Amino acid sequence: MRERAAVAVGLALLVAAPFVLEAMDEAFLLSVLTRMLAYALAAAALDLVLGYGGMVSFGHGAFLGTGAYVAGVLLHHRADGTAVIDWPVRIGGTAEALVAWPAAALVSGLLAAAIGAISLRTRAVHFIMITLAFAQMVFFLVLALPQYGGTDGLMVPGRNVLVGASLAGDAPLYWAALALLVAFLAFARSAMAARFGLALKGARMNERRALALGVPVYRIRLAAFTLSGAVAGLAGAVLANQSSFVSPDLLSWQRSGELMVMVILGGQGTLFGPVLGAIALLAAEEELAALTEHWMLILGPALLVVVLFFRGGLWRVVAGKGGHA
Amino acid sequence: MTATLFVEQTLNGLQFGVMLFLMAAGLTLIFGIMDVINLAHGSLYMAGAFVGATITARTGSFTLGVLAGAAAGALIALILELTIIRRLYARDHLDQVLATYALILTFNEGVKVLWGPAPIFLSAPAALAGTIEVLPGIPYPTYRLVVIAAGIGAALFLGWLIGRTRAGMLIRAGTTNRETVQALGVDVGLLFALVFAVGGALAGLAGVMAGPILAVQVGMGEQILILAFVVVVVGGLGSVRGAMAGALLVGLTDTWARALLPTLLRGLLPPASADQVAANLGSVAVYLLMAVVLAVRPQGLFPRHA
Repeated sequence: MRERAAVAVGLALLVAAPFVLEAMDEAFLLSVLTRMLAYALAAAALDLVLGYGGMVSFGHGAFLGTGAYVAGVLLHHRADGTAVIDWPVRIGGTAEALVAWPAAALVSGLLAAAIGAISLRTRAVHFIMITLAFAQMVFFLVLALPQYGGTDGLMVPGRNVLVGASLAGDAPLYWAALALLVAFLAFARSAMAARFGLALKGARMNERRALALGVPVYRIRLAAFTLSGAVAGLAGAVLANQSSFVSPDLLSWQRSGELMVMVILGGQGTLFGPVLGAIALLAAEEELAALTEHWMLILGPALLVVVLFFRGGLWRVVAGKGGHA
Repeated sequence: MTATLFVEQTLNGLQFGVMLFLMAAGLTLIFGIMDVINLAHGSLYMAGAFVGATITARTGSFTLGVLAGAAAGALIALILELTIIRRLYARDHLDQVLATYALILTFNEGVKVLWGPAPIFLSAPAALAGTIEVLPGIPYPTYRLVVIAAGIGAALFLGWLIGRTRAGMLIRAGTTNRETVQALGVDVGLLFALVFAVGGALAGLAGVMAGPILAVQVGMGEQILILAFVVVVVGGLGSVRGAMAGALLVGLTDTWARALLPTLLRGLLPPASADQVAANLGSVAVYLLMAVVLAVRPQGLFPRHA
């Protein structure tokens, strides 16, 4: 009951935010909020794998960054009037979000399926190290593309359009990001309550038992990993629009680590928790960065204290109900 | 590819391999015995490099710098173990990853505060600055040969420590079955602290020795840490022998790929972009190696017997 109320209040706040900020004459903050929503989407996607599936993926930055690059590269070619590839079929650039965003999700999802297919053959610490290593491989592959800026990153000219209507300006992109987040949370919530989610959770709690019950553990985990990667890619596409810039930094291990921190800070296995975690972490970073240049020296120890002494995450505090510890 | 290039690159690969081994040996032991994944291992490497470079600059003695770097690695590792890591033994791997990730952030920023954001300079001692003719007509930098020798020396020491001493026997027993060792009355707290300090010393040593070859800068620890993970995964978690095999394999693959690719790509791409593309694609080779090894042997080359 209290959780439902918390979700309703949270949604109401997010819906009211553009109007309130407009009235307060602080509309520029909407762009910051859009960035938070994009990271919230990626963190909630990671929660499927990490919280519900018990797979500690240290490589989700690769999927986030890949999605950002797909959207950015399509816009780049659209502005240039050149083709992304000429052969075997000519694929040109596009600004249409209905094409570019699914494309971002598709490419990230395929990447996640390939990485997951190999990584999921291993367990525990192996899995952590391998996802980290594969993400690093994707990082270097992107660096090896000089036409897209290499280490310097790529300026993204303009923004996507949604069915012809431009997403330029802060408000339209904010609404698009919010709609994506709400849609994903609703979908993931019901998927986790359905057979798929039960099988995923069952495999985390007792893999042998799940196998003995005939649950195709490997396939279920791979499906969750792929879905999670695809949605992280979608979040990346939103980020590319929000910042008008994509850089290899999005694919780095630091991003992967940050996403994990968001999930844990908010509370793993709750879906809403990671959303709260993403907003809280990014807000803390903004505040601390305004305070001192060496804000990491505050954030690092603070995180350490959170991990060592506070279990269950922020969502438990707000909603009175957490996932598993 | 000429014979000179081949010999040079093979030696470079060996040198990189022993460096990786020094990192991976600590990681794999810490994992094997304490079941802890320690991301902050790269920070010990960085700390070794910065302390070593500072001491070398102050005293003018590279030897003192190397000793100080290794000592700094051991000391910081010991302090970390006693204050923080010890609380993580009973936690799951996720908590360990997050806590040590927080440590990385703290260490990187701390080094920025103490030494500034710019890379600092550490040069090899004058006595080792020249080259030696390893084969007739093929000169090779003396310093790199010394690094190879030091790395092999450290590996032999580790082999002796683990294979021939009582502490080593307990370490081996600990990787096989921790609870039994504990039940037999061994002070595992002491053993864990010792293993952590040895791992830290090796990482610090690797850091300071890498100083004159790579840049001493913030973030240097994570680059080698991720490669050390690849080594550990390829070699098999918990196995020092596996770490050695994996380190040489990864070191040689990485070096050869970087040396060969520019020549191969120059035929296909304009020379200006060929080098950049080759440098980054060369980095990918190692991860492909890992993927192939895992596809064939998910537990690595030298799996631990459960």
